[in-house]
Amino acid sequence: MAAPRLAVFKFASCDGCQLSLLDCEDELLKIAEKVEIAYFLEAGPRDATGVYDIGLVEGSITTPHDAERIREVRAQCKYLVTIGACATAGGIQALRNWGDAEEFARQVYARPEYLKTLATSTPISDHVKVDFELRGCPVNKHQLVELISSLLWGRTPHVPRFSVCVECKRRQVVCVAVARGVACLGPVTQAGCEVICPSFARECFGCFGPKEQPNLISLGMRYRDDGHDAEHLTRLVRSYNGYAPEFRDFDPQSLKDS
Amino acid sequence: MIGSVPGANLWLPKPALQGLIDRLRELGYEVVGPRVADGAVTLGEITSLAELPAGVQDEQEPGRYRLKVIESGGYFDHVVGPHSLKPFLFPPRTTVLQVLRVRDSWEAHSPEPPRPKRAVIGVRSCDLHALAIQDRVFLGSTHRDPEYAARREGLFLVAVNCGRSAATCFCVSMDTGPAVTGGADLILTELPDGFVVRVGTEAGGSTLAGLGCQECSPTVLAEAELVPKRAAAQQTRRINPATVHDTLMNNLQHPRWDDVAKRCLSCANCTMVCPTCFCSTVNEVTDLTGEQTTRERVWESCFNEEHSWTGSGAVHPTTKSRYRQWLTHKLATWIDQFGSSGCVGCGRCITWCPVGIDLTEEVAAMEGERK
Repeated sequence: MAAPRLAVFKFASCDGCQLSLLDCEDELLKIAEKVEIAYFLEAGPRDATGVYDIGLVEGSITTPHDAERIREVRAQCKYLVTIGACATAGGIQALRNWGDAEEFARQVYARPEYLKTLATSTPISDHVKVDFELRGCPVNKHQLVELISSLLWGRTPHVPRFSVCVECKRRQVVCVAVARGVACLGPVTQAGCEVICPSFARECFGCFGPKEQPNLISLGMRYRDDGHDAEHLTRLVRSYNGYAPEFRDFDPQSLKDS
Repeated sequence: MIGSVPGANLWLPKPALQGLIDRLRELGYEVVGPRVADGAVTLGEITSLAELPAGVQDEQEPGRYRLKVIESGGYFDHVVGPHSLKPFLFPPRTTVLQVLRVRDSWEAHSPEPPRPKRAVIGVRSCDLHALAIQDRVFLGSTHRDPEYAARREGLFLVAVNCGRSAATCFCVSMDTGPAVTGGADLILTELPDGFVVRVGTEAGGSTLAGLGCQECSPTVLAEAELVPKRAAAQQTRRINPATVHDTLMNNLQHPRWDDVAKRCLSCANCTMVCPTCFCSTVNEVTDLTGEQTTRERVWESCFNEEHSWTGSGAVHPTTKSRYRQWLTHKLATWIDQFGSSGCVGCGRCITWCPVGIDLTEEVAAMEGERK
């Protein structure tokens, strides 16, 4: 049986998630033995013909051209996986969804009429069917290897949907929200990052997006009562995954008095 | 020669505690004790008295934990922090099986569990009761957990009687403290100039030889008796163990479950810090080559959807059903299952809940409006 063909596509993004794949180092060699890396511009291969068994998509849709191109990519891939916060939730560039993209362009570019950009940055799943979404900014390389491994052996990828807190406690990391009073998004954010920020006494800023059934209202009221104002909470939640449905629906201004 | 048989009380001058640490290290123990790290009193390896949190007191409230330093305070003025004995016996992540592909077949083997010799200094009465509960869970049935058993065997316990309670403590009502009643090799009571050491086991007594222990005067013994009594008098929270089983089980449809579900984050912190919560899951971790798979056991929580996942979905699909499952098991059905409550009143679930949900308040709400 021929090795499955893998393709990596880039849309509006910083390339960090593709770098996570290159960062797999030892595992990357094993991946290259098991799959044919057919299209991966960041690494070299550019065989744009035919179909791919696995398509990894990085980045969000921000231009009319990309909105067309993602349909072609979908048609070329049997199994399409988004990798990272941009492809899965629109990314940090989805901040434009609360602003005026035309005005931003006028401020930045001398000749904004040369730009062809959409008013919004949207996740891949708003445009085509997505088979699996890998979270993170960037994705975690162990989860990436687990995903590819599961596809190779025909089983469900093991990617937990529970909170960052579970990983903090498994690693015996002291809770920064309880012990330091900082507004940490860990209790509403999906695990997978290996708790990098809380390990360094920093609050989680949600780069793996909402956990299963997140309760932002209760956590938001707690932080508000601890003196974190609505503006701070809005900025906290509207970052890399701000446009993920559960985060974007959370409005700290509308929190009732407890 | 001072007798150091079980039950004996001896006087250990403060600096002589270093001698005990050194003695335990000479005997091959890794010595674990309380020390300040990341804004909390946590458990970790210590080699010197200077690492103990002298004068450090913890202020605990629902969802809040802060440290302050008191002039000329003792080594054990703090209460329980975010860590407990649990991870030392039931590690958060461990390998239970490795399977290798050999030609056309598979070869499986379970790794030999580590047998660490570990001495923990400063264990409190609530955590000793939690340990006794864990012993029943992991060792008390026909299915003994080999890793827990191996780690338990090498555990040496130096307990301390609490001299103060945190606002979140309720061991008095659970009859699990604050005075240590057994289950440790040595039991310390801290006084300004030294410790009253009660010998718990022969192994404990034998570590004291040559450390400069003296006889205890009746005055000192009387003073030591007052220490845990002071802690007990400070407690304000309580659960009534005689009625809590029926209160919860007769109120499974109580509107309070909806109310707590609005506040609960289902983040699992309460179960992770609980010294008796024992849930785990096993994951098969296959490698890319398809030549080997590792079966890992990791801490799991009834607040995660996956915990109750079956072929047709989650048995506990909502936060309400998960909170109810946790609280009724902890305080009621645990008694049916194991013959004791699953709660020791340490208060960790109250302090380390990011939104400060207090199980004693939840029980009281149902108690008050009992049908």
